[in-house]
Amino acid sequence: MIRCENLTLGYEGRAVVTGLTFSVEEGDYLCIVGDNGSGKTTLIKTLLGLHSPMAGRLAIDLPDGIGYLPQRSTLRQETPASIWEVVTSGLLRRRGFSPVLKRAERERAEKALSAMGVAPLAKRPYAALSGGQQQRVLLARALCAADRLLLLDEPVAGLDQGATEEMYRLIHTLHQNGTTIIMVTHDPAACRYATRVLRLGENEHFFGSAAEYLTEGGNDA
Amino acid sequence: MLELFSYTFLTRALAVGLAVSVCAALLGISLVLKRYSMIGDGLSHVGFGALALGSALQLAPLTLAVPIVIAAAFWLLRLRENSRVKGDAAIAMISTVSLALGVMILSLSGGMNADVNNYLFGSILAVGGEWWLSVLVCVGVILLYLLFYPHIFAITFDEEFARASGLRVGLCQMLLSLLTAVTVVLGMRLMGAMLISGLVIFPALSAMQLTRRFATATALAAVIAFFSFAAGLFLSFWLDLPTGAAVVLCNAAVYFLARTCSGWR
Repeated sequence: MIRCENLTLGYEGRAVVTGLTFSVEEGDYLCIVGDNGSGKTTLIKTLLGLHSPMAGRLAIDLPDGIGYLPQRSTLRQETPASIWEVVTSGLLRRRGFSPVLKRAERERAEKALSAMGVAPLAKRPYAALSGGQQQRVLLARALCAADRLLLLDEPVAGLDQGATEEMYRLIHTLHQNGTTIIMVTHDPAACRYATRVLRLGENEHFFGSAAEYLTEGGNDA
Repeated sequence: MLELFSYTFLTRALAVGLAVSVCAALLGISLVLKRYSMIGDGLSHVGFGALALGSALQLAPLTLAVPIVIAAAFWLLRLRENSRVKGDAAIAMISTVSLALGVMILSLSGGMNADVNNYLFGSILAVGGEWWLSVLVCVGVILLYLLFYPHIFAITFDEEFARASGLRVGLCQMLLSLLTAVTVVLGMRLMGAMLISGLVIFPALSAMQLTRRFATATALAAVIAFFSFAAGLFLSFWLDLPTGAAVVLCNAAVYFLARTCSGWR
């Protein structure tokens, strides 16, 4: 689905990540870890097509695009918005300029809400939900946009223990049902469900199976 | 009541004012939430300068103002994104310079007192025979807003996600600026350069006190703007008050009422 060869990433002419080679295949659960400033955000923006790579080869084969879960903290809470409005905004690309949602699109949104266990909240305002519920709503929005590959940016940041576990469980279920997952995270415990790990380092990067990472890759590099 | 409509100038002012109020209220929700409220204010000052220049050159009032204010809107948008000066400071700079230039031009061309007063604080008599054109353009603004409504919601709620879904966020912002510029220019001779931004911010703020659903907030803002303008215009006519000021005060009264109501809930 995604192939990167010897990528150099950066913006405004400044390289942040060099020599990056990795790939994502159908059914993978890839955790991307690394310290602050190691280029995780730049990598996300590049995968989303918001930055172009400075050098190297990047091939993404996803006609429907990527389902993206941004960091919740970047959203303004004061925007009036019902859960339904938030989730259906994920349908923007499918919907085009149609003034109403087609039946298939409505069903897609309803399915995503149920999968995330927030269907009963559809009429509630977004700002009234707890952090964990908000995160599930945003995940449902990402599923509306594209459900083959999800790119999750720090999905448990700012959540309490219970909500964190719930989030990991939901992502695990999505993965088992065939969705490919890329998760950027600070939390080393997040890698326990992952099949592969990419660790962005200052000089060299680690890319391999989760088992390899847990036994060797995590300690050095 | 009905005999009021026999005053042609009043009917025209009502038509243009209602149309502009609804446009401003629709755009207001996104402008307020995206911290662009000051842009409406800045644009009206630029509009004042442009009107002054137009009158000195003896051009039809809007021929110069429309393109200049649209250009200023795009410029302000860019200034907010990448600039050495902070966004709000940049807007304040442009506002005061436009105001100063406008006053200077009016003074040098000898039309100072009456014109300045009308341009700054509006005049119910300013709406002339081309009133139907203003209404038509407002209908265009409303239709474009409705056409782009899902996109406007997307960039208002979460710009990053909208960008990631392939939405041309820059184009959407330009559209918002363009529609704001047009609305401000059409409304400013009636409402006055100093008061027009009240039409942008108040109905949106009032509506957001009462609902937390975007579609409802948008519709409610339009309804509030409609009735506040009508109330302001008739009050100003009956009590012989300045129109722009009366409309803004009506909007402000609705806002405090809405705040009180939302406090009770």
